[in-house]
Amino acid sequence: MTRLEPGAVAPGQATSLPGATKPLIPGKKRAFGGSRVTPWLFLAVPLAFLIVLTYVPVVNMLWYSVTDWDGLSPDKDFVGFDNFVRIFTTPAIFQVFFVSLYYLVGAIAQLVLALYLATLLSFKTRFSNLFKGIIFFPYLINGVAIGLVFLYFFRPGGTLDALLAVVGVQDTPQWLGDPGVVNVSLAASSVWRYMGLNFVLFLGAIQSVPAEQYEAADLDGATSFDKFRYIIVPSIRRILGLSFILAIAGALSAFEMPYVMTGGANGSETFVIQTVNTAFKFSKVGLASAMAVVLLVIVLVITGIQRWLFPDEKKEVAS
Amino acid sequence: MTAQSVTRGRLLARAGTTGKYASLVIASLCALIPLITIVMLAFKTDREYRSTTPLTPPSNWLNFSNFVTAFTQGGMVQGFINTGIILLVSVTGTILIGTMAAYAIDRFRFRGRKLVFGGFLLATLVPSVTTQVATFQVINALELFNTRGAAIVLFMGTDIVAIYIFLQFMQSIPVSLDEAAMLDGANRFTVYWRIILPLLRPAIATVIIIKGIAVYNEFYIPFLYMPSQDLGVISTSLFRFMGPFGAQWEVIAAGTLLVIIPTLIVFLFLQRHIYNGLTAGATK
Repeated sequence: MTRLEPGAVAPGQATSLPGATKPLIPGKKRAFGGSRVTPWLFLAVPLAFLIVLTYVPVVNMLWYSVTDWDGLSPDKDFVGFDNFVRIFTTPAIFQVFFVSLYYLVGAIAQLVLALYLATLLSFKTRFSNLFKGIIFFPYLINGVAIGLVFLYFFRPGGTLDALLAVVGVQDTPQWLGDPGVVNVSLAASSVWRYMGLNFVLFLGAIQSVPAEQYEAADLDGATSFDKFRYIIVPSIRRILGLSFILAIAGALSAFEMPYVMTGGANGSETFVIQTVNTAFKFSKVGLASAMAVVLLVIVLVITGIQRWLFPDEKKEVAS
Repeated sequence: MTAQSVTRGRLLARAGTTGKYASLVIASLCALIPLITIVMLAFKTDREYRSTTPLTPPSNWLNFSNFVTAFTQGGMVQGFINTGIILLVSVTGTILIGTMAAYAIDRFRFRGRKLVFGGFLLATLVPSVTTQVATFQVINALELFNTRGAAIVLFMGTDIVAIYIFLQFMQSIPVSLDEAAMLDGANRFTVYWRIILPLLRPAIATVIIIKGIAVYNEFYIPFLYMPSQDLGVISTSLFRFMGPFGAQWEVIAAGTLLVIIPTLIVFLFLQRHIYNGLTAGATK
């Protein structure tokens, strides 16, 4: 992570490297042929992409959100905060946020499960690579393929019903048809899909702890639980925090699994499905933009909380 | 320690070991069973599918007719071609854009540098699903709607994670290398092309892997921006299976497997790189 920062390192220190006789100060650097224009030549294309595909849409979205635009007509009428008022006063629009709760519970279960399995595999285990591979692989699979796999898994007479029949349960609900069950099924599919990533991240963080710490703990007679509590947990605190925030953001913006599997039918509509339908099916771009702005603000607030709780070292890049 | 407490300790340890392996086996079964039933289904005939339960293996493991149907009638060939083109162009573009941006930010001190870096940093916070409502209008204005260009441009333009990976790696390349080359008369572009780019090879490999998987799996962007049938990528082609093959689950299963198999092969060969790449990408 550390490197010689031309601006930050005192010239005297920089010259201690053999060969680097020139003090690395900004003024000198420019003399090496890099004019003021050169960095911008390298940045022109990346910045063009960044501005056109990220910032222009965000600014436009803010503008659309205070209009009644339908996405086609040349004129957009300014309507002030009407769209936002509608979002928070129309139960049909706001209610879908409750669907996120299912995904939120799923996400927490996913983190707990990932942490448990990563802890198990961090101790010496036979076939550990095989277990790791099997548990992780679902994360790599194409989302539509996973959607179809679970459509078959949950369909009447599908895999789940067949498994339950083996243990004697005959009377099963419509896993994807019953509004009371559908979100549980979909959240479970999401856990199946995404748990592998958390698991591998946790495992990587745990394994980055030097082995001597465990050996020292063994000498002190520590139990497995002590090791978990005093060595493993502190070592993954940061990644745990990051995963938790990402899980919340992911739960709020759940989209692909329910869209592929049910299209939002039977009470499984999520906020993002509703937003894209409002925009592209019902041509209410103004209202949809307002919904997207609401979600964006929520995600920004959550990310802000995360940055505040777990400040990272990224900033030193900008020095 | 008494003899009794030693045996008790051993028993506890054994119970712990059994519990551990039981947990791992159950987790593995949960991961595998949904996939195994799809594999079995893909080899069944239509009649078998209707008469057997999902847990029954197919009578003939060499019945490839569903794969043939999925491949020829399901538009999978077109899907693989389109995915291949988009993958190649957008990954190359991501690498060029990412390395150029990282080179400018890391190797130059210029006015507005912090602003540029902050601009990239801030963009990571914007979840791309939310802005599609407005991005759609931009793509439309660029006259890219319903072309492969739409997906290519969007994949290239939104990868800030790649820039981070390049930035971090570039910091480990000593600046003295640049300076030595420049003393020999190389200009900045030559330094970028001849020195920085080749030395970034491990970071480029990481970006190829994580970007490649992301592009291969992306569903919503091609679905929204490339509705035309001939522009189907593997995700959208497979998604469209549900219409015509809705009642033929054995064909859907075969199509699903055709999509999963390339991922499995890549995973088996590049396991370690994938684990490392995802760790680098997720923690940025």
